[in-house]
Order: sequence, then structure tokens, then C-alpha cells
Amino acid sequence: MRPATIGYGLALAAALAVPAVGVYPVFMMKLLCFAMFACAFNLLLGFTGMLSFGHAAFFGAAAYATGWLATARGWGTLPALGAGVVVAATLGTAVGALAIRRRGIYFAMITMALAQLVYFVCLEAPFTGGENGLQGVPRGSLAGLVPLRSDVAMYYVVLGAFVGMYLLIRRIVHSPFGQVLKAIRENEARAVSLGYEIDRYKLLAFVLSATLSGFAGALKAVVLGFVTLSDVLQANSGEVILMTLLGGTGTFLGPAVGAGLVVTLQEYLSDLVGGWVTVIIGAVFVACVLLFRRGIVGELLALRARR
Amino acid sequence: MPDDIILETRGLTKEFKGFVAVSDVDLVVRRGQIHALIGPNGAGKTTFFNLLTKFLAPTRGRILYAGADITDLKPAAVARRGLVRSFQMSAVFPHLTVIENVRVGLQRRVGTSFHFWRPAASLAVLDTRAHELLEAVGLAPYARMVAVELPYGRKRALEIATTLAADPALLLLDEPTQGMGHEDVDRVAELIRIAARERTVLMVEHNMNVVARIADTITVLQRGQVIAAGSYAEVARNPQVVEAYMGSSTAALGGAPA
Ligand SMILES: Nc1ncnc2c1ncn2[C@@H]1O[C@H](COP(=O)(O)OP(=O)(O)O)[C@@H](O)[C@H]1O
Ligand SMILES: [Mg+2]
Repeated sequence: MRPATIGYGLALAAALAVPAVGVYPVFMMKLLCFAMFACAFNLLLGFTGMLSFGHAAFFGAAAYATGWLATARGWGTLPALGAGVVVAATLGTAVGALAIRRRGIYFAMITMALAQLVYFVCLEAPFTGGENGLQGVPRGSLAGLVPLRSDVAMYYVVLGAFVGMYLLIRRIVHSPFGQVLKAIRENEARAVSLGYEIDRYKLLAFVLSATLSGFAGALKAVVLGFVTLSDVLQANSGEVILMTLLGGTGTFLGPAVGAGLVVTLQEYLSDLVGGWVTVIIGAVFVACVLLFRRGIVGELLALRARR
Repeated sequence: MPDDIILETRGLTKEFKGFVAVSDVDLVVRRGQIHALIGPNGAGKTTFFNLLTKFLAPTRGRILYAGADITDLKPAAVARRGLVRSFQMSAVFPHLTVIENVRVGLQRRVGTSFHFWRPAASLAVLDTRAHELLEAVGLAPYARMVAVELPYGRKRALEIATTLAADPALLLLDEPTQGMGHEDVDRVAELIRIAARERTVLMVEHNMNVVARIADTITVLQRGQVIAAGSYAEVARNPQVVEAYMGSSTAALGGAPA
């Protein structure tokens, strides 16, 4: 068996055993949601080469849509999740269409400005609960078959969702479409000269990334049972960049590892050091950028390639 | 525009901040020919290619291709109509393998380039054709190598293979033999001749041996203007051309006689 296969097998076995060994499942679910968010974000940054500063808009808007439909409208869990994803896809199409015409820093600035707009809408709109956010989002059940009130049941659903998204992103990257994305990232002018309308490919990559980010946000709303402004805040957009860079852009597992690290630090340090947790995460980030530019997984892969 | 003319420019002009790089160029390329564009460095040859492929917008003038005015089209649209270029500066996809490079050229025609749910293995149908193209440019043994690791001359060969993969009706080559050794030059010249059986070629070329050997028609550009056009023998006799190349009207234009 290949070492990678063994590694995946061990990781999956460990993930399956989580509820049995007494790790707090809610924490693990939150971690997995952010891991999905980071993987979705990396589809754009790592595999398309576009740095968005506004991905919290998709994560947060989908979370709000799902949360509101499930509470105020009494929608079932799956339809509410689906609607959240549709909201993120629509928003992603609009933001992407405006942003992809620009490159580099201008692209980043447009995504940031539009995400700020989404934040203000969430702050002011009557259905988002303003500063309080939405509380008491019910978990409901999986199509009326599997009740999700128990943390263990919910955990396995989230784990399944994570594995599903991970495989989907791998497939996207290793698809005919992914091959064109790679070509565009390598040499845009050359791709154009071969007849590829690169804006269309970039837009599709943006929409896919936004849609999957929305799924992560919507699922997080269901898992934790609340949605707050912090989901849609600029800081959340920054955090997902940090997670991705920490773990390794353009690697499949890196963003998940980065998300795990950041969420774990936040969880355990905030009790100990309070507000200083941001400073510590910042310091870890700086250290990582200085010591291993490829991110944790990126460096490990490079090490293996050298041997 | 008669049927046997594939490309025609009318008064094509490009100015950069007052400097005229391409000046009022009327050029006619006939279907099925190998048409060489020659001229000293800085004559505006690459700029002219950039205008044809819409990488630059002309200041004035029109471009007619296969009976249609393409002056206002986007670069990718021009390429999809069959006007495909190579670049003077080697332009491969550096971290794709050699065969993947060629497949990018072939892939658009399969019609699955937006299919993000399909495995990349579905592109294996292109491998036969990709191998043929690599064989033709002598790169078959390097198919699995990452493009960035190829020596310069082989990168140029890969670029030609990728351009051919897009199956252009009009193939634009910007100095395809630049930086190549003798053997590679001969092979590429032969390859262009074979490729021209099914398509038209417009090429910028400095190697006069190659021009003399394979070009049907030659246009000479100097300071953005056409100073001569015709067969190799005609152009080589033109005193203005000889002057431009040799700095004196007595020396003969180098290269083998046509
Ligand atoms: N983007 C540009 N901006 C300003 N000047 C340019 C630009 N591109 C080319 N030029 C100038 O136009 C002239 C023609 O260049 P080029 O077309 O590359 O010549 P050639 O390919 O015949 O050697 C040169 O003097 C070059 O400096
Ligand atoms: Mg040139």
C-alpha cells in the first residue's frame, strides 16, 4: 500500500473514533466546518491563483439564509442547507463577475469591498437579528430519517460532508476543467492564444469556491445552532486566508490542517489568555511564513519529493 | 476578399505614445502558402503579430480574416476561428508535463473544458494525437518530463507542437527557430513545411536559409513599414532590402538561393 493510502486510512479511522475517545464533538464539528471553508477557499487561491479577501460573505450569507429559513420559516434541515448554498452561489456569481476582470491587488480589493457590503446588509437587515444574530437554529433531521439532535449523529454527518467536499475538490482539480485552470495559472497569455476565454474559467472557479464556502457556513449554522455577525465579518475572511497559508496553498490537505490548528488554538487558548489569542495566532502565522513558506503540508510534501 | 486570400490587413497601424511601431501595413496572405515576415530587430514584426491576434488593439486599420472583419474581436475568439500564434519568448506551461502542454492545445475541441465533475483521465482520448505531435517535433521521449526542465530549443519545439495541436487554419510563428541548434532548425523547418500542407503559415524568421528553403512569399518590414514583398529571388534583389540587411546595397542577401 502507498504511504498516502495508509495516511488517509489512519486519519479516517481517527476521525471515525473521535466520539468514542471523548473529544468534544461540537469542537470537532466546528473544526471540520472551517476545514471545509478553507479547502473551498483554497480551490480559488491555491488552484486558480486568485486571492479573495471577501470569502466570509459567502460563508456568512449562506449561514444566515439557512439559519433564518430553519428558524423563522420552519424549513427542514436539508432544504435550508440547500437554500443557503444557492444563496452563496448566486452571490458568488455576482461578486465574481465584478471581480475577475481585475488582477492581483485590485481583485482582492473588489472582493473585500463587496464583502463589506454584504456585512452591512447583514447588520441592518430585519431578518438577521442585528448584533444578536440568529439563535436557536434547530438541527432537525436528515430528510426526516436520521434525527441530528445527538452530537454523535451530527458529527458523522459533518464528517461525511467533509470527506465528500474533499473528494469533490480533488475531482475538480483533476478534471478537464482543472487542467485548463492549471494552464491559466501557469501562463495566461498562452491559454488565451490557444482560444480559452479565461474569464469564464475563472468565474466558474470563483463560483464553485463561493458555493462550497457557503455550504461550510450553512452547515456550521446547523451544527452550532446560531449565526452571528462574526461569520460574515472581514476578520473571518482574513482567518480563512491564514488557515490556508498556514497549512499550505495548493495542497489538498493543507487548508484542513491549517484550519485545525487555528480553531484548536482559538478554542484552548481563549480560556487561558483571552484576547491575546489573536496575537498568538498572528505570531504563529508570522513564524510559519518565515520558516516554511509552503505551509505545513506544503513543506512536508517538498521534503518527501526531495528524498 | 477573394477566396484564396486568408488574411488581409488594410492600413494597419500601431502607435506607442507617438512612436509608430507598425505603420500603414497592407499585407495579403494567400491560402496554403508559407509566408515569411522578415526585417531587422525592432522592425515591428512581433507587434504586427500582436495586432493580428488581438493582444494589442490597432491605432488604425482593419484586419480581414477568412472573409470577415476581425478587428474588434477578443484574442480568444480570434484563436477559436483558427488564427493561432506561438510566441517569440518561449511560452510553455512550465509545470505541466510535455504531453499535458500539448493536450491543453487539443483539449478545447473535446468540448469538456468546463466539465469539473469529469476525471482528467477522460482526456486520455487525446493521447494518441498528442503523441503524434510530439513525435513530429522530436519530443516523444520527453513526454512525461515537466516542461520547465527542457532545454531552450526543445521548449520552442514544444511550443510549436502545442500551437499545432490547436489545429489552426492560419498558423502564426514568431521566430520558431530562434536559439536552436542546426539539427533542430532543420527539423523545425521540415515540420513547418509539412504542417503547411493543410494550413497557411505566416512566420517571422531570421534564419535566411530557412526562409529561402520554405517560404513562398516574403514581406520585408523596416521601421514598421513594408519595404518589399514577393518571392525570395525578388526580395533578395531589392536594393532597399539589401541595404536594410547589410547596410550597403552591394552586398547580397545571405542564405541559399531559391
Ligand atoms: N508595448 C510596447 N510599448 C512601447 N513600445 C513598444 C511596445 N512593444 C514594442 N514596442 C516597440 O516597437 C518596436 C517594434 O518592436 P517589435 O514588434 O518587438 O519588433 P520586432 O519583433 O520586429 O523585433 C520596438 O522599437 C519596440 O521597442
Ligand atoms: Mg520580435
